[in-house]
Amino acid sequence: MALKKIQTPLTDESVLDLKAGDRVELSGTIFTARDAAHQRLIETIRKGEDLPFELNGSIIYYSGSSPAAPGKVIGACGPTTSYRMDEMTLPLLELGLKGMIGKGERSQEVINAMQTHKAVYFAAIGGAGALIARAVKKNDVIAYDDLGAEAIRKLEVEGFKAIVVIDAHGNNLYETEPSKYKTTT
Amino acid sequence: MREVHVDDVIQKISQMCIDCNYNIGRDIKEALVKAEISEVSPIGKSIIGDLLLNSQIAGDQQMPICQDTGMVVVFVEIGQEVHIVGGLLEDAIQRGIREGYEKGYLRKSVVSDPLIRKNSKDNTPGVVYYDIVEGGKLKISLAAKGFGSENMSKLKMLKPSDGIEGVEAFVLSVVEEAGPNPCPPIVVGVGIGGTVDKAAQIAKKALFRNIDESSPIPYVADLETRLLEKINQLGIGPQGLGGVNTALGVNIELFPTHIAGLPVVVNINCHASRHAVAYL
Repeated sequence: MALKKIQTPLTDESVLDLKAGDRVELSGTIFTARDAAHQRLIETIRKGEDLPFELNGSIIYYSGSSPAAPGKVIGACGPTTSYRMDEMTLPLLELGLKGMIGKGERSQEVINAMQTHKAVYFAAIGGAGALIARAVKKNDVIAYDDLGAEAIRKLEVEGFKAIVVIDAHGNNLYETEPSKYKTTT
Repeated sequence: MREVHVDDVIQKISQMCIDCNYNIGRDIKEALVKAEISEVSPIGKSIIGDLLLNSQIAGDQQMPICQDTGMVVVFVEIGQEVHIVGGLLEDAIQRGIREGYEKGYLRKSVVSDPLIRKNSKDNTPGVVYYDIVEGGKLKISLAAKGFGSENMSKLKMLKPSDGIEGVEAFVLSVVEEAGPNPCPPIVVGVGIGGTVDKAAQIAKKALFRNIDESSPIPYVADLETRLLEKINQLGIGPQGLGGVNTALGVNIELFPTHIAGLPVVVNINCHASRHAVAYL
């Protein structure tokens, strides 16, 4: 498994270069959005209004951080489970979303659309929110402040560790890895 | 009659919310240390190493282990010799949650209405169960229940003839279907018997038991051991990326049931498995 250092924004070339199983360290800007924020993004697209950030080339992190204690940039900020966003992901991929960070499986529809639109899905370690927080250098709410924990945050990250679990070629670590260790029928 | 003042309840609940979110349980830490050694998948091994490092950072810096600091579930056992003074016990518990989540910089993850979905902004209400027991003490068991794992929980009304084998098959199917979603390695709480609601309540209660404590009923303890082995043969592994550590523990609670039924609830907990006990 290769360790690849990735700088945002992502391009078609940088996405296609990533293979399921690669370990990456992401640096640059990522945007948090989870359930309620996705609903608002989709509503905004449907109405033809401007989105709160540029989707093209961007990475969305499915995460709702805990509040920053005094003197801290952010609280714990691990990933939430991704499948809940599946049905709201296609319109975002169509507008150029290149990367998603979360945990857990994606629908076949999302995996297919990732191939069509050249996008990649990373897993961060669920429940490692204190560790992940060390990679976050800047943290600003940029939209939907009223949603509290579900507001959209712009995070500046350095060396944010993740694993490519589903790549733009359709390879899926959740399909290939567990079967290697399964000892029941 | 022994008096317990609600102010003490508020203070205790608040502190328990903070403590269980910052500090990993001894039983869980020991299980993760063992899992790091036994794990054969390289990715799995490194993930467990990161989880241990994460808990170390959370404890040292006094910050939450996980950003999902949960919905609070409290089991209160009230000794019937106890007299609560100074206000309502329920109000004191909810206030303790509110204060703990504010003071501890914990995430407010509760919406006041499940369909309107407006965040209550103080993580209340918590879910509270009361039992009246003998004695003169107030026992508070509190969990901060994350929903990545709660969402993967399931109920099935088995037939009496399905028996232990049916229960085993159902538990395994729930864990397999959950796959990577509940943040494995998980803790599996199983409630068997009672009614729909009772089975769910005791499945939750099972998650409050430390994973190194077996059921006091020998055949149930055997079932816990057997299910843990079978779950760890599923291959799901840490974070669902393959391996031999899918669960850290299986806890089962029973309750008598009706001649026509065999309710089973599987309530899954993530590896953080935050819970705490205190007496007043």
